[in-house]
Amino acid sequence: MLALTAVQSVVLLQFDWFGDAASDESGPIDTLFDVMIVLSSFVFSIVIVMLGYSVWKYRAKPGDESDGEPIHGNTKLEIAWTVIPTVIVLVGAAYSWIVLDDIEAQADDRMPVNVTAQQFKWTFEYPDSGVTSDELHVPVDRQLELHLTALDVIHAFWVPEWRIKRDLVPSGLGGDEIDNEVVVTPDTEGSYSVVCTELCGLGHATMRAPVIVESQAEFDQWTREQQSAAGESSGSSGGASGGNGTSGASG
Amino acid sequence: MGRAGLGFLLGSAFGFGLVVALRAISGLEIFQTEDTGYPHIIVPAITGPLGFLAGLGAFDYWLRWAAGKPTIPEDHSQHGAYSWKDYFKFNTDHKVIGIQYIVTTFFFFLVGGLIAMVMRAELAQPGTQIVDPGIFNGLFSTHAAIMIFVFVIPVFAGIANYVLPLMIGAPDMAFPRLNALSFWMLPIAGILFLGSFLVPGGAFDAGWTGYAPLSTGAPLGQSFFNLGVQFAGASSVATALNFLVTIITMRAPGMTFWRMPLLVWANLSTSLLVVAATPFIAGVQFMVLFDRALGTNFFQAAFGGDVLSYQHIFWFYSHPAVYIMMLPGFGIVSEVISTHARKPIFGYRLMALALIGIVVLSYTVWAHHMFVSGMFSWLRVPMMITTLLIAVPTGIKIFSWLGTLFNSVLHLRSTAMLFALGFIVTFVVGGISGVMLGMVPIDIHVSDTYFVVAHIHFVLFGGSVFTIFAGIYHWFPKMTGRMYDEKLGRVHFYLTLVGMLGTFVPMHWVGMEGMPRRVADYAAQFGDWNLVISIASFALGIAQLIFLYNMIVSWKWGPRATANPWRAKTIEWQVSSPPPVFNFDEIPRVVGGPYEFGVPGARHAIMPGEEAEVKPPEPAVVGTAGGGGGSPGGGSSP
Repeated sequence: MLALTAVQSVVLLQFDWFGDAASDESGPIDTLFDVMIVLSSFVFSIVIVMLGYSVWKYRAKPGDESDGEPIHGNTKLEIAWTVIPTVIVLVGAAYSWIVLDDIEAQADDRMPVNVTAQQFKWTFEYPDSGVTSDELHVPVDRQLELHLTALDVIHAFWVPEWRIKRDLVPSGLGGDEIDNEVVVTPDTEGSYSVVCTELCGLGHATMRAPVIVESQAEFDQWTREQQSAAGESSGSSGGASGGNGTSGASG
Repeated sequence: MGRAGLGFLLGSAFGFGLVVALRAISGLEIFQTEDTGYPHIIVPAITGPLGFLAGLGAFDYWLRWAAGKPTIPEDHSQHGAYSWKDYFKFNTDHKVIGIQYIVTTFFFFLVGGLIAMVMRAELAQPGTQIVDPGIFNGLFSTHAAIMIFVFVIPVFAGIANYVLPLMIGAPDMAFPRLNALSFWMLPIAGILFLGSFLVPGGAFDAGWTGYAPLSTGAPLGQSFFNLGVQFAGASSVATALNFLVTIITMRAPGMTFWRMPLLVWANLSTSLLVVAATPFIAGVQFMVLFDRALGTNFFQAAFGGDVLSYQHIFWFYSHPAVYIMMLPGFGIVSEVISTHARKPIFGYRLMALALIGIVVLSYTVWAHHMFVSGMFSWLRVPMMITTLLIAVPTGIKIFSWLGTLFNSVLHLRSTAMLFALGFIVTFVVGGISGVMLGMVPIDIHVSDTYFVVAHIHFVLFGGSVFTIFAGIYHWFPKMTGRMYDEKLGRVHFYLTLVGMLGTFVPMHWVGMEGMPRRVADYAAQFGDWNLVISIASFALGIAQLIFLYNMIVSWKWGPRATANPWRAKTIEWQVSSPPPVFNFDEIPRVVGGPYEFGVPGARHAIMPGEEAEVKPPEPAVVGTAGGGGGSPGGGSSP
């Protein structure tokens, strides 16, 4: 059984199950999953080995109409297979709790982004710079604080490479107690997609938006471009300067 | 049946007339077709089925009694089936009702499966080939609703309806008329679900979960879901009450709780779940219907409604619902394994207590379906802990079945045993993915992806459906008096196993890599695995046709079966196959546990007319060599 566990674990751990990892959060999450792979291999191999062994060893010979041994149970064994799994799952819960706190820890310099979902489009608004866009541009290695709202039905925000997911819920008059803030720190530059992962109607399957993770300088450049484009079209000057380390006011 | 059809027409006309009259009197536009209301269709959709039931004779006895008239014990309520036509009538015999349930639910299984085949044909390649997203959304919604409400939940009720009274030595269920009414509400639910395809706006398409506000704003078909759930739910609750009273009060003398077969324990536990939980889904579907048709604002955020409360109320039922869909299967597996391995169930008492443990814990885990919903963040960790703990009693059961196989005499000659053993493997895989899903950080990534679709189908197909097949094969000889074809059974099993694994294993992978669920289309990178999944699913679908053929042909022309072809100990096997109309001439007396294999002279029940001696083994089929002749034990038919 241990041999099978080891073999199965090694084989299964070769694969990158969750795909590319592009956020700080993906590390602890993926490791937790790898630990679960090993644990699951162990459990699965116990079941397969016991089942296979019994089918092989105790298979009735043709014509054998006798009964098996009248074994009704074994109290010690039953206590063991009650207590040990309880301990294992509680340890698993504790480990998961630690990971959860880790991936939700808020950094002091987190950058707010307001994400609005509607049937069937995403809108991203940057309160610090006043920019509104239908593409999510973010600077690498900076924690984002996403404020999520929906205008009509429930949607969900997910960038698979970031691992982080949360529903966007239409909120109401009195201010529903909806936990609609989530933090994520993208750590790899590149192009990704945000995918809607809560059934929202006809356009659910194609409700995606581009996500671009770029250097701080490129992000500031993009921000300035968005502000001047907005400034030209509305005829007013752009909003406050964005982020740390940018120089001067906008266009 | 004619009276029932007339009842339906009169009931519908009454409902329609009521709406027209009330709206005219109130000065409202009579036919409201904008938005979601359609009261002139919704009200007849309630009164029509009630008229149907009245026409069928379901309420005759109670109405006569309520009116103070002398009652007629057999009016429109037959007992026993003497021709195939009897199965289309209101019949109070639990054996007839059991078969009505099983045949009706398998019809819906085939419909739901066909819907899945269309879905898989569309998903075989990226892009839109066969059905557009609107229809696709309706397909996965109806697929799940049909499978859950009019197949898995009621088929277990049907198997138990047939087997359980015999197993406890009872002449019938405690409330035979209520039993018949419960059955007849079921085709109504299925017809409402399927009827949604025919109304403007098409089938309900907000998923079987029907989250508000998507469901409150959806077209007319959604209301058919709201109503269908009511009939399925009422059927389920009435049956559960019936089982509870039957099990508690009608066990044969000597059958203490600790001498009940585990199928009885399983149905007792399931019934406790059903009666307490089902009212919640009934309530929340009424709330959606009221938001749609009566202008209430339960879930309208802009008017102060609480959007997330839908999910809390819905899942408070729907999590116990998944145990409602599994616990009877656990009972079936215990019966099949102990019989075909000729050994007592290992750790019988802990097995029974584990069932009760699952019942209690299942009410404490519902928000694990809502980890990413934006609910109170502090609720996630307690729900994670309870969710992971519920793996413990489930694990106890798996280990006990494995322990039962150890030192057994393991016969693989019945397809029932193959499905029971296959179940152990596939259900453990489903349980493992379930534990993973219970861990919040992992769930954050894979929630609402195909990883979840993989998990649910491993536990519902590899779990529930495998146990349903095991039960059907195991009790087929008892119910029909004939043996099914074992070779075809084996083909069915192996093709189903391979098809099931090929379909649902890769779903884990595409889910983890980024494919969401409930999508009519997906990113091109998932195309290859989706093609593999679709091809495997077609094999899975074809395998069920083999099962269908085997069942029909064997029922009509299969070799006659003896009373006890599997040489089991429980009481249903001690009467003829099929049993006499009133089950027993005299109620048997229970003198020992239900699984006393390997103990010479041990008896579970003493049937009327028997001495307390061990009978020689019988052959499985009448007329073959070996053992004593196939004379049935127990009562003779009148």
